[in-house]
Amino acid sequence: MMIKGRVHKFGDDINTDDIIAAKYLVSTDAKQLGSHCMETIRPDFIAKVKEGDIIVAGKNFGCGSSREHAPLAIKGAGIRAVIAESFAGIFFRNAINIGLPFLESVDADKINDGDVLEIDLSGGIIKNLKQGETYRSQPFPEFLQDIIARGGLINRVIRCIKSR
Amino acid sequence: MPYTIAEKILLVHTDRKDIEPGEFVEAKVDLALGNDITAPLAIQEFKKTGIKKVFDNKRIVLVPDHFAPAKDLNSANQCKILADFAKEQKIKNYFEVGCMGIEHALLPEKKLVLPGDLIIGADSHTCTYGALGCYATGVGSTDLARAFIDGKCWFKVPRTMKFVYTGKLKKWVGGKDLILYTIGDIGVDGALCRIMEFSGPVIRRLGMDDRFAMSNMAIEAGARAGIIEPDDITFDYIKAVHSPQSTVHKKNKKLLSVDRGQWTKLKSDKDAVYERVYEYDVSKLEPQVACPHLPSNVQPVSKLKDIKLDQVVIGSCTNGRISDLRIAAKILKGKKIKPGLRLIVIPATQKIYLQAVKEGLVGVFVRAGGIFSTPTCGPCLGGHMGILTDAETCLATTNRNFIGRMGSPKSFVYLSNPAVAAASAIKGRITHPDLL
Repeated sequence: MMIKGRVHKFGDDINTDDIIAAKYLVSTDAKQLGSHCMETIRPDFIAKVKEGDIIVAGKNFGCGSSREHAPLAIKGAGIRAVIAESFAGIFFRNAINIGLPFLESVDADKINDGDVLEIDLSGGIIKNLKQGETYRSQPFPEFLQDIIARGGLINRVIRCIKSR
Repeated sequence: MPYTIAEKILLVHTDRKDIEPGEFVEAKVDLALGNDITAPLAIQEFKKTGIKKVFDNKRIVLVPDHFAPAKDLNSANQCKILADFAKEQKIKNYFEVGCMGIEHALLPEKKLVLPGDLIIGADSHTCTYGALGCYATGVGSTDLARAFIDGKCWFKVPRTMKFVYTGKLKKWVGGKDLILYTIGDIGVDGALCRIMEFSGPVIRRLGMDDRFAMSNMAIEAGARAGIIEPDDITFDYIKAVHSPQSTVHKKNKKLLSVDRGQWTKLKSDKDAVYERVYEYDVSKLEPQVACPHLPSNVQPVSKLKDIKLDQVVIGSCTNGRISDLRIAAKILKGKKIKPGLRLIVIPATQKIYLQAVKEGLVGVFVRAGGIFSTPTCGPCLGGHMGILTDAETCLATTNRNFIGRMGSPKSFVYLSNPAVAAASAIKGRITHPDLL
């Protein structure tokens, strides 16, 4: 799967309160949540985001709460993929389970705000079209690739049940 | 093969013969928990599948605690989704307002947590039950929906980091200070996706409420769980909440029984492999305070001069238990809080509430100029019952102080233990209790 988009760059420890403030956790609608994505730390983010854009961040992206509303809000905002140096554990689970594409890369800090990236998700290759650089990301283990390939955790579980 | 306590618990919940960090496993959970902000999403996902019945309505717990009693119409709708689902699925462990408490203080009280349990909760502070020797971990709403279907959850077996605490604790220093100090040392991703195992003579002497406070904040270092091997203190706690004749559900026969002898096997093997071992002599440790805007931005309380406060919150799943309220009341007894400061005290459960009334603690808080609330998560996550506006500063016994956590992005949250919180409410600025 190939994704191409413009980068919105963030730093380390972007937490789930940054991604979607608790006061909005009264909705389960991705678009509704997306309209408040990153509001606390970057109020103009939503105005600038275009469908297909990419978030690039530093270490520990998505730390804090278990709220699945966080990756949902990112999806609802139109972001197609997230690249970070590392991801917090529960956010990692949630992104896999709901099918938000993301990659872990030690080269995330070399990517700048406004760069245009072309990402090969299954190969884990990130091409920075603006800087003319190519980076590699951590490949997903087979177990997780299976969840993604089946369209998320619930789809996978249902298919397993039906096949028995 | 030598295992850590976490590996032992996980293994026994799979149908595997052995287990290794880094592997992916599917495990049967003993309990699956959700609240009023996470369960609606899980219930929505479950209903989309068309499956009519949950896997086992005795192993699901639903607690409306975050925005309950309902703070507005949307929150009321979310609470109703839980109530309706509990009724439809005949889920006994649904705790309506009047029975509910803050989930991670409530579940042990309700006899729902036992040493050796594997517990998932759609709430990051599910790691709290690690204090009882459980593998308890926070997951998302989709994980919870999956557990509704078949009672299982996928895990990547984590590595374990050991934290050994030695020395003797000074007055006013407890579990909250130990965990704040630790997070301050290793950082908010210092235990990323690891198990934190808390041990050493200091832990062995810690009471349950202090142990809950420690395990509660393991997530703030990025950990999957924060586990303390069960011992006599654990068993005495379990005995106190269970009647001697209660039937413990017969699970994990390999490791568990009502007989303490079985639970004492819940220890890491002598040769268990740890990724890293941290040792802390805490004899000189003073109360710790996490400063804005990360739980790892920790300072000893004596270093914080002249931090003026608008609000103090004593409560939450971290420090809303009876010992916490007793410590705060001991300091506040016969005193008044600083005029203009708001002191909000929130007991974590109805049982704790009644105990606080019985012991006269409520009178102490109210006569001091504070308020005493019904159990709720409330201000901890910026929900209700004490939101901060621009430029306001709050000292709280809660667990997170990210930007805007308690309200305005231009407000400030400091985190501490209940003794520092009480002393600070009197002075109107962050204060060591010894300096009153």
